Amino acid sequence: MPASAMENTQPKVHILDSAKPAAKMTIEHLTVFYGDKPALHDVNLKIGSNRVTALIGPSGCGKSTFIRCLNRMNDVIPGCRIEGRVKLDDEDVYAPGQDVVNLRTRIGMVFQKPNPFPKSIYDNVAYGPKIHGMCETKEERDAIVLRSLDRAGLLDEVRDRLRAPGTSLSGGQQQRLCIARAIAVEPDVILMDEPCSALDPIATARIEELITELKEHYTIVIVTHSMQQAARLSQKTAYFHLGRLVEEGDTETVFADPQDERTRDYVMGRIG
Amino acid sequence: MSEIAEKKLRMAAIRKKRHRAETRFRLFGMAAVSVGLIFLAVLFAVVLFSGLSAFKQTVIHLDIPVEASGDNYQAMVKLSLRNAFQDVTSRRHKRELYALVSSGAAYQLKDRVQAAPVLRGTMVSIWVTASADVDMAIKGETPRLTDRQLAWVDDLKTKERLKTQFNWRFFTGGDSREPELAGIAVATLGSLFSVFVCLALSFPLGVLTAVYLEEFAPRTRWTDFIEVNINNLAAVPSIVFGLLGLAVFLNAFGLPRSAPLVGGMVLALMTLPTIIITGRAALKAVPPSIREAALAVGASPLQAVFHHVLPLAMPGVLTGTIIGTARALGETAPLLMIGMVAFVVDLPETILSPATALPVQVFLWADSPERGFEERTIAAILILLLFTCLMNLTAVLLRKKYEIRW
Repeated sequence: MPASAMENTQPKVHILDSAKPAAKMTIEHLTVFYGDKPALHDVNLKIGSNRVTALIGPSGCGKSTFIRCLNRMNDVIPGCRIEGRVKLDDEDVYAPGQDVVNLRTRIGMVFQKPNPFPKSIYDNVAYGPKIHGMCETKEERDAIVLRSLDRAGLLDEVRDRLRAPGTSLSGGQQQRLCIARAIAVEPDVILMDEPCSALDPIATARIEELITELKEHYTIVIVTHSMQQAARLSQKTAYFHLGRLVEEGDTETVFADPQDERTRDYVMGRIG
Repeated sequence: MSEIAEKKLRMAAIRKKRHRAETRFRLFGMAAVSVGLIFLAVLFAVVLFSGLSAFKQTVIHLDIPVEASGDNYQAMVKLSLRNAFQDVTSRRHKRELYALVSSGAAYQLKDRVQAAPVLRGTMVSIWVTASADVDMAIKGETPRLTDRQLAWVDDLKTKERLKTQFNWRFFTGGDSREPELAGIAVATLGSLFSVFVCLALSFPLGVLTAVYLEEFAPRTRWTDFIEVNINNLAAVPSIVFGLLGLAVFLNAFGLPRSAPLVGGMVLALMTLPTIIITGRAALKAVPPSIREAALAVGASPLQAVFHHVLPLAMPGVLTGTIIGTARALGETAPLLMIGMVAFVVDLPETILSPATALPVQVFLWADSPERGFEERTIAAILILLLFTCLMNLTAVLLRKKYEIRW
């Protein structure tokens, strides 16, 4: 990281809302087609470093499509075509020759439904570091696993049963296990696609707490259906409607004083 | 008011009809299963009843004077028979007497003497195989023996020089013209070799094909075309694969005739479509969330498939493989075309030596007129069924072992 960037991030801690943080990701003129059907139209968005950016909007508005473009998870969907530019720091995510595998280690992802591998808790977390050669000895691996579980707030609950299958955990624990798995490979950005939609309010509260802690270390983008969640968690909110980014800005502004009528209807609970 | 009551009555009638339909369907189901089970029981009873006798063989005890030199063991056996029944003088009666023991008796004596040369010049006491006619008579079939021969058999029985014992030769011997000497060792080994070759070729090829087509191949008209044709191949009559083997493996590549290697290759061609189709279905059944999870931590598509998707699909893949292989084990037609329908006496030593296969042996013996082959045919079928059961058991166990619930 260049020295100037270091200086830029320095004051952010004190005056979070007024300062313009360094953009971790920049999305320019992003347009996505599934076959002939356009799913996203000309989206421009900057995602600030070490903040939580919330993407809201009614079902089918393109939030999930958008978030999946950021780490190229849409590549696996046949017929998906992408135009425009997505940049991580200053690097083009869709540049020819871009190493997708490497990219995805820098941009982790947590899915709507907890999807632990049908392996032990330990192996779930250790898998990423193992395939990337991030740990050579067993001690190093143990350290990564324990640290990741600790950061995901799961360590105390599973410390004495790391060899139990990951699928034996409760839904909320499984989701935190998936978060631990994502941060085990030391990403810069974590994408979360409705991470709490399959969880009860208590498990949701734990995850939200965790997300707030995680933003100290990571840049977080979260898709959510719950406007309260977006308001509680995020510093920046983007409202999508029918494949277009309608409004974006500081979360407080977007919720208190939305500029666009559609956004107003949505955040006031009149539609959606 | 009455309209409401009428409506209620009508609804009650419909409800009753629904219940009756359900009960009727259950009864049909149970009846069908019962009929199936009865047929199965009858089949097993018949097969066991008429086949088990082949595992017993009648033997006759002879005291044979072995000459100090000379190798005419046939003559020695005949001499001992004449010694045992000294009142037999006429040529015709002598021939009837000699027919009591199998032509294999001379070889049994030869083997014994060559193993222990000290026996030369002594009286050798040995149990030799009785002829098939004697064997059948002892086992209670309508005897094809003359009254004189039956009297001799009774005489031997009273002197305790005739008994039935476990038929080892059936499991260790090759084919023979004489039912009492015929065994299934060549066929069993041939089948095992063929199935081994078949598995070794079709399992890796089939699984990798399924993985490529399901996970990596782009969806184009070409892949659709290939998919349709793989499904068609699964329905091609097996003898056509035999013809292909004959034309390509034997005539074009010049591989040896009657060899389990070629048999296995032909069976592999036949098994491949089954493995590919079931493999693809199993891969498709793995939830996409597992793929996404692996890709999201930076696994390459290959790693995602081989570390996560394929292990989860393994139970299904294995089931398909075993079903395909079990079918290959019971296949006769393609083996006919590549010369595995042969009269082979010597045990195959490698996958290149000539051999037959169990179903082919069944086919060959079923064709033979001698009564003694009937029970052996059924016994061979029993062995074939046993192998099939073992393979299915393996499939169940493997599936249990690899089954991971999520």
